[in-house]
Amino acid sequence: MKKTHIALLVGIAALIVGMLAFSADFSTYDTVNSARNKPGKFVHLIAKLDKSKPVEYDPINNPNYLSFYAVDSLGGQTKVVYHNSKPADLEKSERIVMTGKMNADHFECKNILLKCPSKYKDDKEQLQKTVVDQTTSN
Amino acid sequence: MKFEGEHLLPGQLGHFFIILSFVASLLATIAYFTASVQKDALLKNSWLKFARKAFLVQVGGAFIIFAIIFYLCSNHLYEYMYAYKHASKELEYKYLLACIWEGQEGSFLLWIIWHSVLGTIFILRRKSPSIEGWEAPVMTVISFAQFFLLMMILGIYIFDVRIGNSPFTLTRNEINAPIFGQPNYLTFIKDGMGLNILLRNYWMVIHPPILFLGFASTIIPFAYAYAGLQTKRFGDWVKPVLPWALFSAAILGVGIMMGGKWAYESLSFGGYWAWDPVENASLVPWLILVAGLHTMVVYKATGHSLRASYLFSFLTLGFVLYSTFLTRTGILGDTSVHSFTDAGNSINNMIKTFLAIFFIGPLIYFYRNYSRIPAIHKEENTNSREFWMFIGSLVFFLTALFIIAVTSIPVYNKLPLIGRWIAKFHGGPLAMPENSEFFYNKIIVMVAIIIGLLSGFAQYLKYKDTQKAYFRKGIVLPTVISAALAALLFVVYPFTYRKEGLGFLITIYTAAFATIYSLITNTMYIWSVLKGKVMNAGGSIAHAGFALMILGMIISSSNKEVISNSRVNGLTIPVGKDPMTKQDDNPQDNLTLIRQLPTRMGDYEVTYQKDSSGHEKGRKFFQLLFQKKNAATGKTSESFHISPDVYVMKDNNMSSNPDTKSYLSKDIFTYVSYALNDANNMDTAQFKETEIAEGDTAFYSNGILVLNGVTRNPNNEKYHYSPSDLALMADITVIAKDGAKYKATPLIEVKGMEATNYDDTLYAQNLFVRFAGVSEGKKIKIGIKESDRLIDFVTVKSFVFPYINLVWLGLIIMALGLIFSMIKRANFNNKQAAVILVLAAVGLFYMFLLAN
Repeated sequence: MKKTHIALLVGIAALIVGMLAFSADFSTYDTVNSARNKPGKFVHLIAKLDKSKPVEYDPINNPNYLSFYAVDSLGGQTKVVYHNSKPADLEKSERIVMTGKMNADHFECKNILLKCPSKYKDDKEQLQKTVVDQTTSN
Repeated sequence: MKFEGEHLLPGQLGHFFIILSFVASLLATIAYFTASVQKDALLKNSWLKFARKAFLVQVGGAFIIFAIIFYLCSNHLYEYMYAYKHASKELEYKYLLACIWEGQEGSFLLWIIWHSVLGTIFILRRKSPSIEGWEAPVMTVISFAQFFLLMMILGIYIFDVRIGNSPFTLTRNEINAPIFGQPNYLTFIKDGMGLNILLRNYWMVIHPPILFLGFASTIIPFAYAYAGLQTKRFGDWVKPVLPWALFSAAILGVGIMMGGKWAYESLSFGGYWAWDPVENASLVPWLILVAGLHTMVVYKATGHSLRASYLFSFLTLGFVLYSTFLTRTGILGDTSVHSFTDAGNSINNMIKTFLAIFFIGPLIYFYRNYSRIPAIHKEENTNSREFWMFIGSLVFFLTALFIIAVTSIPVYNKLPLIGRWIAKFHGGPLAMPENSEFFYNKIIVMVAIIIGLLSGFAQYLKYKDTQKAYFRKGIVLPTVISAALAALLFVVYPFTYRKEGLGFLITIYTAAFATIYSLITNTMYIWSVLKGKVMNAGGSIAHAGFALMILGMIISSSNKEVISNSRVNGLTIPVGKDPMTKQDDNPQDNLTLIRQLPTRMGDYEVTYQKDSSGHEKGRKFFQLLFQKKNAATGKTSESFHISPDVYVMKDNNMSSNPDTKSYLSKDIFTYVSYALNDANNMDTAQFKETEIAEGDTAFYSNGILVLNGVTRNPNNEKYHYSPSDLALMADITVIAKDGAKYKATPLIEVKGMEATNYDDTLYAQNLFVRFAGVSEGKKIKIGIKESDRLIDFVTVKSFVFPYINLVWLGLIIMALGLIFSMIKRANFNNKQAAVILVLAAVGLFYMFLLAN
């Protein structure tokens, strides 16, 4: 390694690190309650759809408004508002990873990632369930 | 208990061949290693002979295993877990291969197969100058990798720990369900689970094999680097390995972009690249491989950069395995649109061991030999080509490290001490920043600027030392031309990407200039310096292609336009501003199209005309008519159909597949973001009957119906009756309050004692019209039903991607450039070269530009 190289390498690396430090506002994974403690801050929320409460989506009046209730593993609950179309498998999802900000009365969601059972073919419990379902319904 | 109807022989055979291959790969490793350290020529030779046999036994075994899995899946032998999980009877034949590599075991097997093919080529061509003398150490590495990969599918128990997941396990042994208590359980399993709907696509058939060939082939530079250290012929390995490294870069590059094309054209991600962890994990090895390619070329020309070539060759495979670790152990679970599961602790630990040995092992070996690797101690001149090539490689390498460092965020949270430390100081587990794509893009755009400029002017420098006059003579003209072209582009077709502010917009412009610069300088270099000798111009062609691809990405993403904006049709009140940022940044990108009602979308008037089912069960296509009308004359200047579809799977999960209208200059890309589930749309309204005669009028809430006449046994586009039938069709004109006229033709058919009504639906008016029966005199009974809910609609998202074809064209040119270089460096004869080039060119053009 030559001196010029080292100088350049350090320079470039510094540039990258500098840009990172300058701009990166890394987010956190949160529960409903911990997200409530930092209102307005962009967080990742892992929760489940609360099936006992209504899912509101009326694509004719507004295809860009979805609201539902989410509950996390610690029992924290929140209303979620998502200004986008309703993901097709929302009701079937087992887990929802949402990004967005907690407001006074709801979680303003920017992005939804669904984890659906059918995608988990390698998950043993799920397979078991599928087999039992398929073979008993026939 | 004796079970009925099982076919146990193929599984037993399969299991036998897995164990045989596994043992053979271990023996091949030992024998090749012994041969590689053996001084005595005679002994060495006999070890080599044995090692080859062992390796070929492993190869044969791998192909037989594959054939048996194919047999299980194609014959729907659901007593086997693998066939049950991945095959199904309705699965089209062309997806049989796809369903094999859908599973973890199958994709490991694919990797094994490619290593087998590469290893076999080595053995067959062992007398060729590029392999002679390298076979033993190189094959030691390949055999050793096979040992690990085969272990992943071994499926034997040592005490209570299962080593690997065999593809030949039986369903009844894997799953607890009451039916397996019955001897005839197989009769209850009607069908397998089949291939995931998202994967039923021809890309699923070809993308994994190409990508895995890319991954598998990175073992060759790795193995040669190892061989260089082991044989102490520290610099000799570079020349023979270069064509392999070029091959690998071409295949891996194409494989990655195939994934992008797939995502673009058939998944609803809305683009070809999203910085998803899985995409990143395959890009990183490619970047390091390309860095290594350049340092190898530098070494061959000047003797510099040998140590860097070692490092990059080792790390390329190292990061392939790190990707495997990221994507197969479930550690990325919450961060990716791809779904991962962890295949169990035992597999995870094996992957970690494999990774540790192939990542850390060579680094230690490299470190211990570091001082013995020859290096030139005089510094490179800053006016030499090798200096800037090295800098470029370094930039690629650092870019790779940056990408993988960010992609690995979920890993940090799980590290024992560091994870706790993060939680404490960061206030929770670390996650991506709010605008994660921009987070990558702002750095990558910088990289594009540096690489564009470097790959542009470095060609006009000579190795070692360049006369100023020579450099100036070459570089001035292309620089002027590219500056002019860039200026022209900016004036004629300015970028509209203002979302991230002026600073970023200027950066994008700079990057566009840099890529144009690289494109022009490299293209002109082929004529001005190489005098048009295309076979020598592989490097320039690859650079020009790469630059074109990046330029295409810059243009298509900067001027990407969402045309399905809800605000355009007045149906929706804008939701307003984000209360936090005070910016209007809520995505309002979905538009609801009511059947038969033309709706404004960008420059187009779009009508959802009808839906139709595909030949797969549960698949529904929505036919959308796009029309561009001249505002003044009202004439239609452009008209086409786009038919995105929605697929409802057996388990009721839905998958949405886009459809694209491709022009040379732009793509109109549309997918269904929400569609009504038929079951949820039960209509409760009732028909109201009125009696009317020809010429009479009936009313509904939004207008009138006029009966024009009644036709007996109509034979037209809609109905086909012969005079012997008994059918009556009413010809009705519906006139809405706003003056719009519609035609309705309900029909009643009498067969024997039964009458059947064929209602007509006017979706735009929410109106059902029924021919309910005949009445006295000349009157007929008309049923009118007005639904209280909209009958049929679909919500879509639609983008215009301008000049996206530049991306694919650039990729093709880059791949061909790499192949040109490979042919040149591997000394293929003209006939071989022609065959390779024609095949590659036809294949690439077909896949990326024509097949859609």
